[in-house]
Amino acid sequence: MFGWEFPPHILGGLGTASYGLTKGMAEQKDLELTFVIPKPHGDEDQSFLKIMGACHIPVVWRENSWEHVNYRIGKFMHPDEYFWLRNGIKYDYTRIYTDELGCINFSGKYPDNLIEEISNYEAVASVLAHQMQFDIIHSHDWLTYPAGVFAKHISGKPLVIHVHATDFDRSRGKVNPTVYSIEKRGMDVADHIITVSDLTRRTVIEKYHQDPRKVTTVHNAVEPLPDADSFSKTERKDKVVTFLGRITMQKGPEYFVEAAHRVLQKTDGVRFVMAGSGDMMHAMIELVAKRGIADRFHFTGFLKGRQVHEMLAESDVYIMPSVSEPFGISPLEAMQVGTPSIISKQSGCAEILTHAIKTDYWDIDAMADAIYGIVKYPAMYNSLHNLGREEVNNIKWYNAGLKVRSIYDSVLKY
Amino acid sequence: MKNICFYFQIHQPLRLKKYRFFQIGQDHYYYDDFQTEEKIRMVAEQSYLPANRTIADMIRSSNGKFKCAFSISGVALEQLEQYAPEVIDSFRELASTGCIEFLAEPYAHSLSSVFDADEFELQVKMHADKIESLFGKRPTALRNAELIYSDEVGEKIVDMGFKTVLIEEAKHVMGWKSPNFVYSHAYLNKLKLLVRNSKLSEDIFMRFSNPSWADYPLTAEKFIGWISSAPSEEKVFNIWMGYESLGMVQRHETGIFEFLKAIPYHAMEHQIGFALPSDISKKNEPTGSLLVPFPISWWGHEKDLSPWNGNDLQHEALEKLYGVGVRVRMCNDKPLLHDWLMLQTSDHFRYMSHKEAYGSQYESPYDAFVNYMNVLADFMDRVNAQFPSGIDNEELNELLKTITHQEKELATLEEEVKKLKVRKAKVSGK
Repeated sequence: MFGWEFPPHILGGLGTASYGLTKGMAEQKDLELTFVIPKPHGDEDQSFLKIMGACHIPVVWRENSWEHVNYRIGKFMHPDEYFWLRNGIKYDYTRIYTDELGCINFSGKYPDNLIEEISNYEAVASVLAHQMQFDIIHSHDWLTYPAGVFAKHISGKPLVIHVHATDFDRSRGKVNPTVYSIEKRGMDVADHIITVSDLTRRTVIEKYHQDPRKVTTVHNAVEPLPDADSFSKTERKDKVVTFLGRITMQKGPEYFVEAAHRVLQKTDGVRFVMAGSGDMMHAMIELVAKRGIADRFHFTGFLKGRQVHEMLAESDVYIMPSVSEPFGISPLEAMQVGTPSIISKQSGCAEILTHAIKTDYWDIDAMADAIYGIVKYPAMYNSLHNLGREEVNNIKWYNAGLKVRSIYDSVLKY
Repeated sequence: MKNICFYFQIHQPLRLKKYRFFQIGQDHYYYDDFQTEEKIRMVAEQSYLPANRTIADMIRSSNGKFKCAFSISGVALEQLEQYAPEVIDSFRELASTGCIEFLAEPYAHSLSSVFDADEFELQVKMHADKIESLFGKRPTALRNAELIYSDEVGEKIVDMGFKTVLIEEAKHVMGWKSPNFVYSHAYLNKLKLLVRNSKLSEDIFMRFSNPSWADYPLTAEKFIGWISSAPSEEKVFNIWMGYESLGMVQRHETGIFEFLKAIPYHAMEHQIGFALPSDISKKNEPTGSLLVPFPISWWGHEKDLSPWNGNDLQHEALEKLYGVGVRVRMCNDKPLLHDWLMLQTSDHFRYMSHKEAYGSQYESPYDAFVNYMNVLADFMDRVNAQFPSGIDNEELNELLKTITHQEKELATLEEEVKKLKVRKAKVSGK
């Protein structure tokens, strides 16, 4: 598998989904997974799969002593493996800047020279494809499609690509042609395409012109939260309504502010929280001030790790008014700690949730009404609290893994 | 002689409009007239009218041997009067043949029998008045909304003077017993129970046009054949369903009306008659009593109250609604009292069910709940505005009594003053 992120060092939902899916798939005992990421930190959980760092795989032949290799990358990989992989170098990549081991220095983030990093990743894939034994190639998200495509061309093994998002979601329609061409090529070459929701599946078929027979939806799931009960809700006078996520165009934060304005016109005793950061944060602070609700509307800034679940558990309502969300895992996380969720119908997770309120992202009235309902009518809160948690605890990565497996079997013609 | 007892239910809820919380206190009109009209016109044209024509035909062709009963909820009657008066006329025509019986039921098609006994009595009376004024005859048999029945409900029905009640064939109540006999209340022998034959009823309204059913296609001959081959002690076959099953669920094209038309002929061939619920209970002695400690109904798998009161949302809504019952009955504001009835219709609660929300105009049970509760919040504000909410119900009742009493007293006193004045004038005149 080619990926870009893996917990604990993650920047977005891709890492969480990669982890959950691989962990769920690893429960099938006849499946062996190798997960390649640009730059591992060494603290990844490798109990159920093997992690390989692209930044430790040589693409240019360099002579080094065993001791030196051990000193440099021994923490991540056995030096013997390095020497063995070195035999897989079949092309001349001296044009790429490499270190004394012949390895490329990846950032593993989303740097400005992302396109260059993607093509360097391709070089690494060629070495792996020549040297390793595998049955199937699985690429997560557009950053890794070129690597997957190249590996397929070299090895002749089937390629499955996993669409966690498309550029249509990220840009609200203003698609970057370079990104589109990378995505389109990946999809054209792939033997099968996995999408995280039917919403994304439609985008792939309609905007990328793919054969519907080759596109299958495998909905994401959520990792069980072992310490779900350790998050408590403090008794307070005011109810808390929370928006949590990147404050960007895609997430529809302005609709949340407008809905809050509606609710506050009619009732007090409700507070609104916008957690997270992003390029629209200042605009949102201004909008809040303009509506005159700043005394009841709070910004927390970026939250991390445990803070996220604590914030969710303290809330009475979680709201995700995303304009376009391929899946959206955070409502599931909110429901795990028993917080009722309001999600937009334009989110992929709406396809699998029953005990969550669904509204159109632009329908401020409906959103405000749902907030009011949960806050004012205890039965509404209790129902969503109990049934929501029950529902989400039954959405398991293991089942998603089985679906992926059946796709593997079909492309391998078993 | 075996008898078939047909009974058809007619009910349509008054649909609520989208009512947002910011309308609370501003907007006191709760209904989506457009949707209500559209629905009732559609059922009237596709089902009620053609079905009435079919039944008129059956009565005529059988020389008045064919008989059947109807129960039309007050809510539906109001809608028919307003949007489809020709349906009322056509029922009047049917009623004039004397082959039709109208049953009593709570006016608002409400769950009041379980949640508010006083309200139940009031509504049954109100419904009987309405039926009498429209069709000229007061109902003598009762079918509760959704065929809800329990020993306790039965007691109330006896108190109201009814001797016949229609109930569902719930497996956990009937056990091995056949629905084709007349039964009686668990301890009040006066009250006779007629039990729906679910199998034969469902054969018509659920399975009639289902090609994957083993007995498809169903013909009148086959259907009557089943009844005539039943053991000879079984005397009553209760075939009951929603009227819209004819023409809406089973479309005209399926041949459902032709099937019905052929029934009287085949029935007579096998010496099977038709009877009305009241007549059946008059002519038949109960074979045994039925113990029903918990309410049963004719919906769902469980045949209990869970379609309307099965989850937290429904509990809360019902509790809030019936919590103001006593107070509403003290008011005499007409629009308020009318809204009170319309808000009690059972369908509103069923739409909040996670499993039985069939026919709902809402996207989810939660949507239905929020909308209903917003309406109810406005309604309760109006109720509270009638009388100060600080006074409790009993105190208020006393005060109201004193006020009405005072009025009467004043009137009598004034009368006396008048008389005295007249007498004084006479005296001084002399």
